[in-house]
Formats: sequence, structure tokens, C-alpha cells
Amino acid sequence: MDLSARLHPRRVVESLGGSMDRPLLWVVLMLIAAGLVTLYSASYDSPARMQAQLVNLAVAALGMWIAARIPPQTLMRLAVPAYILGILFLVAVALFGDVANGARRWLHVGVTRIQPSEMMKIAMPMMLAWFFHKYEATLRLRDFALASLLLVVPVLLIARQPDLGTALLVAAAGGWVIFFAGISWKALLGVALAGLASLPPLWGVLHDYQRRRILTLLDPTQDPLGSGYHIIQSTIAVGSGGLAGKGWLNGTQAHLEFIPERHTDFIFAVFAEEFGLLGNMVLFVLYALLIGRGLMITANAPTFFARLLAGAVTMMFFTYAFVNIGMVCGILPVVGVPLPFISYGGTSLATLFVGIGILMSVQRHRKLVQT
Amino acid sequence: MSTEFRDSERELQRFQFRVGIAGAAVLVAFALLFARLVYLQVIQHDYYHTKAEDNRISIVPIAPNRGQILDRNGVVLARNYSAYTLEIFPRKVGDLERTIDELAKIVDIQPRDRARFRKLMAEVRGADSLPVRTRLSDEEVARFAAHRYRFPGVEIKARLFRQYPYGDLAAHVIGYIGRINEADEDRLEDEGVAANYRGTDFIGKSGVEANYQEELHGTTGFEQVEIDANGRSIRTLSRTAPRAGNNLTLSIDIRLQEIVEKAFADRRGALLAIEPATGAVLAFVSKPGFDPNLFVEGIDPQNWTELNSSPDRPLNNRAISGVYPPGSTFKPFMALAALELGKRTPSYTIQDPGYYMFGGRQFRDSKKGGNGSVDLYKSIVVSSDTYYYQLANDMGIDAIAAFMKQFGFGQRTGIDLQGEALGVLPSPEWKVKRFRRPEQQRWYPGETISIGIGQGYNAYTPVQLAVAVATLANNGAMFRPRLVDHVDNLRSGERKYYEPQLVRRIELGAQHIEFVKRAMAGVNTEGTGARAFQGAQYTSGGKTGTAQVIGMKQGEKYVESRVAERFRDHSLFIAFAPVETPRIALAVLVENAGFGARAAAPIARAVLDYYLLGQKSAEAVPTDAASDPDREGD
Repeated sequence: MDLSARLHPRRVVESLGGSMDRPLLWVVLMLIAAGLVTLYSASYDSPARMQAQLVNLAVAALGMWIAARIPPQTLMRLAVPAYILGILFLVAVALFGDVANGARRWLHVGVTRIQPSEMMKIAMPMMLAWFFHKYEATLRLRDFALASLLLVVPVLLIARQPDLGTALLVAAAGGWVIFFAGISWKALLGVALAGLASLPPLWGVLHDYQRRRILTLLDPTQDPLGSGYHIIQSTIAVGSGGLAGKGWLNGTQAHLEFIPERHTDFIFAVFAEEFGLLGNMVLFVLYALLIGRGLMITANAPTFFARLLAGAVTMMFFTYAFVNIGMVCGILPVVGVPLPFISYGGTSLATLFVGIGILMSVQRHRKLVQT
Repeated sequence: MSTEFRDSERELQRFQFRVGIAGAAVLVAFALLFARLVYLQVIQHDYYHTKAEDNRISIVPIAPNRGQILDRNGVVLARNYSAYTLEIFPRKVGDLERTIDELAKIVDIQPRDRARFRKLMAEVRGADSLPVRTRLSDEEVARFAAHRYRFPGVEIKARLFRQYPYGDLAAHVIGYIGRINEADEDRLEDEGVAANYRGTDFIGKSGVEANYQEELHGTTGFEQVEIDANGRSIRTLSRTAPRAGNNLTLSIDIRLQEIVEKAFADRRGALLAIEPATGAVLAFVSKPGFDPNLFVEGIDPQNWTELNSSPDRPLNNRAISGVYPPGSTFKPFMALAALELGKRTPSYTIQDPGYYMFGGRQFRDSKKGGNGSVDLYKSIVVSSDTYYYQLANDMGIDAIAAFMKQFGFGQRTGIDLQGEALGVLPSPEWKVKRFRRPEQQRWYPGETISIGIGQGYNAYTPVQLAVAVATLANNGAMFRPRLVDHVDNLRSGERKYYEPQLVRRIELGAQHIEFVKRAMAGVNTEGTGARAFQGAQYTSGGKTGTAQVIGMKQGEKYVESRVAERFRDHSLFIAFAPVETPRIALAVLVENAGFGARAAAPIARAVLDYYLLGQKSAEAVPTDAASDPDREGD
């Protein structure tokens, strides 16, 4: 194959996009489009945010493209180092991290700073998938217990920062791996009961503001100008949207600044206010398609590692969407979880795109590694 | 190999089952969320829609412009002007003192501005914003605008201010407005008009400003404003314009008022001139006055203390709340009573030795040696005390009290101002009510004697005296005195007149009243008022009076330099003109100015000259006491 043939535009597109799973790509593009439209409305007061988000998207897309080209075997080899590195970073954060908004989440590395908890969202399912893949033939309850330990340590480190939202997502990612790995229903029941039993002592460990958020959820009107404000205003935004919404750029709650964090964690309130129940239906369908496609890839994945990883990543999208929407419409406590592909923010976008990239890689390599 | 295959086949099936479970969980979870969204967006939509509207829409009251106050000729006595004020929102400012310190570097803030601000803070609790400086210059406005970002919770506002262009002239009539305080708020709440005062900061505190508050205030308008979460208004959605208050036109003539107040110069006292046929007040003076402009933006403590601690008590409205013995101005009414009750005839004559003996006590006449033979006419013209000592004794206190009560003595006149005093119409019943110990409560016949010459317990407000004179001039028809002639609604063009209110018609014999009027005319032509009314181009009736100041009034401080003057007699004069069909009646009192003819009569002359001839009287200047022939018999 000579050079000119290689550089033929169609071939270039094919070789660049060849690693991409088309259905997944289309769904993600539609979500991104919805996200940009909503963000445009939410950031009427700071147009620079749109540009920043476009840059974020470009960077994230690059991450996706790279991830999609890394075969699952390579990812498996990276699992243990990534996990150990993540743990080390988390410990380092606990010791010398930067404090922002009362939480210690950031770590300076040379010229930039990173948020190790974010990489754990991918490193955790990778590690557990590697672990189960390695002991696939002889999985016993003891192995599940060990896997749980691998899960709990970083989750606790993240929860201590404190970053309840990320801890929840990391725990969910690992939890889904354990679930897909085939933990027995009995054990699952046991874990569920143990989880319930641990709630009261956990309550004692929570920070005041975290407790307040949970109490606020039960009765937001108790503190309408304090911790209840977010929930009250976002529920008003959602409810006032009605069936068809107030129309794009016409959300009064959004444009008059009643919705807090309207670019990031509460962007769903803006979307629901302006596009109404019909818009929400479209959004739900898009998420369902994304997750459905992910689960299809999961079901057809060639190796145990790939299956577990793909399943966990897919369900991570679900966890994100469910927790975020549940929080905005007032049925879950306020935790810092963005709405996937819609919320503003480079870090979470990168993680999500890498996740998509992994799914694409699993899909692409489903036959090549059938051994 | 085959078991292994089957094993992995089963493993895969188990795995795919779990994937199915996960998919089902996703659907269930999404269904749950969707149900919640249906609940919020469909079932509860109306509720949240309202909430969102309430959130964004704020009702902002727009205070109406206060009506103007005009004199009978349309001269503006109280008006509004727009000016910039620097206002602080106390709830949005942390350290008030520091903020004011910083502001003082940009705009001129004097210690008295600070003192006034502190006073306002204490008085007007719950106010959104309070002014720290008023009437900013354009330059100051520009300077503050440049530094505005440094002062959250401080704003410049364009506000309407009340202005009284004539300053202390007629201050006691016009009154003043001040900030609504808690007591005002409670009252508005009780009256059920509090809603109409949302957005209004000021309320009439005294004078007609207070009495006609409702007319002057107008109706508050409302603006629906879209606001953001920070309470900043974004745009106006709808507007209901306020309706300005009505204009008040007073019956007083500010030029006449000015003449009178100039004639008073720096003496204290009161004057009321009334149109007898209607009760319309033509001039209403209480001296000293005060500058009502001081009160508009909250009076500063220094001026407040000055006004309150002055021995002249400038805030005291002497015309309605000062009580004084009427002195000899009481005599025409006594004469009328005598004729009506048949106690005297015009021809009945006494020999006046210069005193009257009663119960072994000598009641002296002010004229040494007496006036010789005195009939009823002469008793008024020369102001014989002896005649009236005797008359009072003959009539008895009960008859005097009953007759005088008809003329409104010792009763509130019902003038349209607040704070009218009752005065004292002496009678045995009054004594029982007034005193506690039995020996004090008893009426002694000797006490009746000095009642006859307007002394003793007699104590009336100048407005009572003026109304009594007007009633006499009007042949017994008494009209309630009124300061406001009409009210104009500028929007509808509607004009509401206050009709004259007849209080009562006293049945009097026509020849009796004619006689008294003639005698009073005699006072001004050949009697104690003759000098003051020399050369008058109209006929007039009058009566001089001198009221003894028996002791210090209650609540008055002992100020040595003032004592001598404060013990001097009050000078009084009552008058009406022209005699045939009186168009004006008046009562004037000058405190501690001695004989009525000397200080009070020239002022009365000035009023009558102006009103009847339209010119200033050159003689509105007091004549010298030492060489005053009128002092006799007063």
C-alpha cells in the first residue's frame, strides 16, 4: 500500500473512525448536541464557557479515540499499575492535596494538578475486572471478599476528602464488576443487609453538610434559603417546565439565576425547564440507547475481563444519569455528580469519553482476541 | 474439552442473565425517575408554575406624589421637589459606621448627618433603606457612581422631597411631614389603610399636613417587576400608575399671614382671623414659628433640642393649644349676657368710684379714681372694670357659665387641626371636677367677681375667642372654623368644597346684639381702640384686653433673665369689620406685651386694613407704652 493510497480521504476517515462503534458514536453525538444547546442557554451570562466546553470536548474526544485503539489485553496489563498509582495518588492527596471548597481533592503534579479520584472511576473497574479475570476458574466467596476490600479502600479515601459523589460513582463501578462477576445472590443479600446495618455508624462519620443534605432531601422547606435552596429551586424549575417546557432560552428559573450550579450538576433543571417532559423523554431514550448499546457490547465481549469492564463502564453511565437526575428532581440527596455528556466540566467529560472509548475498543476487538 | 466448552457456555449464559438483570434495573430506575418527572411536570405543574412566577415577579409599590398645599389665592405653601439622596440598606451593610466613614471620603457627610442617620435607625425600624445624605449635588452623584462597586448596600435614589417655600411662615397651620414611625404604622394598620402606604416613607405629623393626610397622600401604584435571584430588577412587566394626592387650598391668605407675622416681629402670641359668615380662617398665626423644612428628612438632634428646650416653645401651637384669660375682651359678651338675661338695660348707670366692694374686699378698677357715671355703652368703650364686677355679681356664676358656653368658651371649636386645648369655662361644676379637696371644690361668690372682667379662672384658647367674636359679629350664628377651603383632584378635575358648618344659632335679641356691636364700634372710634384705628376707612368694632399673668405656667423652666418679662400682662384685642355686615372677625394675643391697645390693636388694624382695603397698614407698629393714653381703663 503506497502512501497516496493511504492518505486517500476515505481511507483516512476509515482508519481514524474505524475503531469507532457507529451506534455508540451517534448516541453520544446527540447527547453532546443536547448538552451544548442546554449549556448555551445556561451560560447566557458567560459565553466563554461554551468555547471552553468545546475545547473540553475536543480533548475528551481525543481521549476516546486513543482508548478505542487500545486493545483490552493492553488495558488488562495496565489495570494493576493504574490501580496502585491511583491509591498512591489518593494517599498523597490525603497528605498534601490542595483544598478547594473545603475539600481536599487536587494534587499538584509538576505544572498541572490532577484529581486522582476521577481516574479511579476507570481504574477501579479495570482492577477488579483484572482480578476476577485472573481467578475466573476458581472464584469463591473469599475472592469476592478480597475484591470488596480492593473496592472499599479507595472509596473510603475518596469519601474522606470529602467527595461523596465520586466515592459513590467509584463504589458503583466496582460494585457492578462484582455483580457481573457472578457474586451469589445470597452474598449480595448479605452485603445489602450489612450495608443497611452500617448506615447508623456511617451517619456518625458524615460531615455536617453531608448530613444536612440528606435531611434536606426529606424536607427541603426546613431550610429554604440554606441547604434546601438548591432542591427547592431546581424542583420549581423542573415542575414549571411542564409538558412542553418554556422553550429554549426562555427558562426564567435558569436565566434569572434561581438555579444554582446551573452549568454543572444542576444543568438538568435548565434542560427540564426549557424542554419539558417531552424533552426529558428524548433524553431518557438517548440514555437508554447508550446503555442498551453498552450492554450489548458487554454481552458480546470476548473475554471475562472485557465483559466485566464493559459492563461496569456501561453501568457507570447509568449511575451518573440516575443519581444526577434523581438529585435534581428531589428524590436523591445532593451529591456532586454531573449529568453525563451534558454538564459542563473537562474532567468528568474526559472520564466519560474514555469510558466510551473502552466500550468501542471492546466492541472492535471482540473477534480478534477470541482464544 | 466439551465440558469446558459447556462450562464456559453456561458461564456466558449466567453472565448474560446478569446483564439482562442490569438492563432491567436500568429500565426500572428510569421509569421511577420518569414517574417523578411526570409528577412534577404534569400533575404538580400548576403549583410549580406559580412558584416560578412568584420567584421572578416582585410587586414594587410606587408611592404617589403628595398633594400640594395652596393658600386662598393659589400661592403654593407646600410642594415637592426631586433630589438625589444617598441611601443605605442597613440589612445589606455589615459595618455601618465604617461604611459611612468610607462614604464620607467621597461625599460630604457632616456629624449632624450621622446623628440624624442614627436617630432614623432607632426610630424607623424595619425600613429598607435610610438616607445618610440628602440633596446630593450632581458632582457628588457622579463621584459616588464611580465608586459604587465598593459600596454594596448603598444606593443613590431620586426622591421627592417636601418643601415649604415660606419657611416658618404659617408653619403651625401647614405643619410638616416626617418619616413614618412605628406609632404611625400601628395607626395605619388600625385604620386598615396600611396597604396603601407600602412604598410611602412620609406622613403628615402636624398641621393640615397631618389632618388632611388622607387627601394629600393619594393612591399607591404598583409595578410588576421581573427580578433575578439576587433581587435585581430585570424589566417591568406591568404597571399600575399611582394616583397623586389631592391639592389642598386653604382659606388663609399667605400675604395677610406675612403681614401679621411681621407685625408680631419677635414677640410671642397668636392671631386668628375668621370670616364670620362661613367660619373660614383667613389668618392663623402662632408665634414663634419654626421652619418645617427641618423636619422633612428627619430633624437632626441639635435643631430638635433647640426647638424643644427654647423657653419660647416654638413648637407649641398657641392659637389652638395655648390657654389665656381673655381679660377685658370678655366684657362685650358679658354685656350681651346682661341684656339677654334682663340684668341690665342700656340706660342703667352706675357711679364708678374706681373700685367695687364685695365681702369686705376691694376689687380695684384699672383706672384710678374711676370713670365717673358709667352706663352699658360706656362700660365697653372705656372698659370699666367696676361695672362688670357688679354685673358679674348680679348675674351669678351659673348664668354667666351657661351664657358663655353658647359662644363656645371652654369647648373645642372643632377647627381642622389636631391638638386643640379645651380651656376653662369656670363654673361650680368645673371646680368640683377640677379639684380634689372639698374646700377647693367649693365655689366662693368672690370668685365670680373677677370672672366678669375675664380674669380669674377664665382660660380660653385664641381660637375660641376668635370664634366667639365671629359668632357675635354674625348675630349669633356660629360656624365651625375651617382652614381648608377646597380639595382638588387633579386627575379627575373634581373639586370638593368644604361647606360651612353651622354649629349653632344662638337666639339673641336683635337690638341687644346691635347695641353691643355699636359699643364695640365706639371702642375703635372714641375708646381704648381709637388710637390704633385712627383714620380707618371702614367701620369696625373692637375691644381691648389685658390678661394678667398670675404665675408661672406649669412645665415652664425658671430662667432668670426671662422672668421679669414673663410676668408681664398679655395684650389682647378682638375686632370685626365692617360693623354693618362683618366680613372679618379676629382675636389677637401678644404674650407679655402689656396693654391690649398697645401691642395687639395695631396688629388687628393691619389685618383689617389689608383684608378690607388690600393695603398694608403703616401703623402695624406698636406705639410707645409710656405716653399711651389708651392704657386708661384697660
